[in-house]
Amino acid sequence: MTALASPPALNRRPTRERAPGETRSGIFNHGLPVGAFLLFTLVPFYWMIVFAFRQTGSTLPLPVPFTFDHLKTVWTDLGFSTYLWNSVAVALCTLLFTVVLALLTGYALARFEFRGKSPFMVVLLATQFVPGAMLLIPLFLIFKQLGLIDNLFALIISDTVFQLPLCAILMSNFLKNIPIELEEAAMIDGCSRFRAFCAVVLPLLRPAIVAVGSFAFIGAWNNFLFALMFINHNDRFTLPIGLNSAIGEYSADYGALAAGGVVAAVPVVIVFAFMQRFLVQGVSAGAVKG
Amino acid sequence: MTSTILAKTPVAPAAAAGGSPPRQARKRRGRWFRGPYGLITPAIVLITVFIAVPVGTVVYFSLFQYNLSKPWATKFIGLDNFHTMLFDDPQFWSSLGITSVWVVAEVVLQLVLGLALALLLNRVFRGRALVRALMFAPWAISGVLATQIWLLIYNPTTGIADVLSQLGAQSGFAPLAAGGSAFWAAVIAELWRGLPFFAIMLLADMQSIPKDVYEAADVDGASAFKQFRYVTLPYLREAIIITTLLRAVWEFNNVDLLYTLTGGGPAGATTTLPLYIVNEAVGARNFGYGSALTIAGFVILLVFSMIYLYFGRASRKESK
Repeated sequence: MTALASPPALNRRPTRERAPGETRSGIFNHGLPVGAFLLFTLVPFYWMIVFAFRQTGSTLPLPVPFTFDHLKTVWTDLGFSTYLWNSVAVALCTLLFTVVLALLTGYALARFEFRGKSPFMVVLLATQFVPGAMLLIPLFLIFKQLGLIDNLFALIISDTVFQLPLCAILMSNFLKNIPIELEEAAMIDGCSRFRAFCAVVLPLLRPAIVAVGSFAFIGAWNNFLFALMFINHNDRFTLPIGLNSAIGEYSADYGALAAGGVVAAVPVVIVFAFMQRFLVQGVSAGAVKG
Repeated sequence: MTSTILAKTPVAPAAAAGGSPPRQARKRRGRWFRGPYGLITPAIVLITVFIAVPVGTVVYFSLFQYNLSKPWATKFIGLDNFHTMLFDDPQFWSSLGITSVWVVAEVVLQLVLGLALALLLNRVFRGRALVRALMFAPWAISGVLATQIWLLIYNPTTGIADVLSQLGAQSGFAPLAAGGSAFWAAVIAELWRGLPFFAIMLLADMQSIPKDVYEAADVDGASAFKQFRYVTLPYLREAIIITTLLRAVWEFNNVDLLYTLTGGGPAGATTTLPLYIVNEAVGARNFGYGSALTIAGFVILLVFSMIYLYFGRASRKESK
């Protein structure tokens, strides 16, 4: 437990330890509320797992008798293997594009003063108020013109565009915390700016890259609306729309539905577990302070 | 446990790695990288083509009668769409009402419970990292997946009602069947998914409150509640203002869960404005009227945000 409580990371923010007034942690003022929150959080997950791995007909609140049948059904009969690979492709490409673009944009914002910088920042922030649902119609027409309807690139592009602004701001806030002297020193030693960036700054940006990459991955993985609008063909379905159509068609086969949910949940939960300790840090560094 | 590093990022190890480059690196290699404009060009192009142009297109379409399934009937009709929306469309007004209740309920519940959760997770206790990881997990879950999970819980034959009946109680609990309960069932499912975000944002700011402020308060004999009221809350006020605004915008626009869980029903009881737009766009392919609704939503959001920020700023100045 103690090992979990303090992962041996160099990049952690200082955690405040036992500040006065918050040392008491009895069972009633602490254990009980934590338990209640945990119950609320975990019971729905547990319920899904029970249904996914329990034989049809059993009513025990445990995955007993245990079975992989539901998983096999969704994997082969319902096409979730295809959906999974489509989702993986979309999420990984979005991750790659978003990280690269966020690095470029974030670097410009953190290291340069230039004309039009503050309007650009305003535009980046303003995009957060433009909802995806409202751009469905024109985006559909644009992708139709580009011949990208029923093409996963429509999803990759639109996911990247909508993830980019916040990720770029997050990245620039991280960059501002890295002393510029480090790059200057490298450049005096004869590095080009690009080389100085790669050799000196990039290694220090690891937590930021993990945070931004995970945001992009999870965002793309979970995106439903764009996929619903731009993808019509079964072979190109991603998991969210695959799951949605399964909810419609197989509404009586709860085992299969739950198993489909497990397929959709496992990759994000892995990514989440991987980036979880950067999450609080990433958010506080990237927070948009008014 | 005591890996307290003052700088946010460690500096020492990589500084050495940048030394001893080849001499010719001084030459202007990669001219493209030299200016900030080169760096932001890709972002500008993407945002222009896929956000700015579409916003303009929406404005343009809102002036047309334009249904993708009836392309022959496309014509310019001026502000007729808006006239219809404001005066002849009860669904628009009811969806606005439902949207407001939805946003207020979600933001208030998430703020109160998120604050409580952040306070709990900010304390030091055994296994805190594990508890944190578990509690934040729903944050990564998509709206559709949340729907799928909560459908199992709300379904009379697989969920709470089933557990109750096995215990001998006949409850007839089927929350998605009736309008009022379907709405609150959706609110709870969304709360489950949205709570971690609020807790993460507030926790991040709580951890940046300097320790000595609490020590000073302790010396002065302030109780735990007073420390919360007069130290924690004032420090968090900026974070709370920004987070509630972001969340309000996000919940306003959020359609995934409602679209899949209730589809806006029963009888329109959970049709928020964005859901109405999606139904017009995806379902009816009614792009003209859908665009007009879109603009209404956008304007409402913008005005709301400006008023909210204005009062947020004003109250901040007062308190200084």
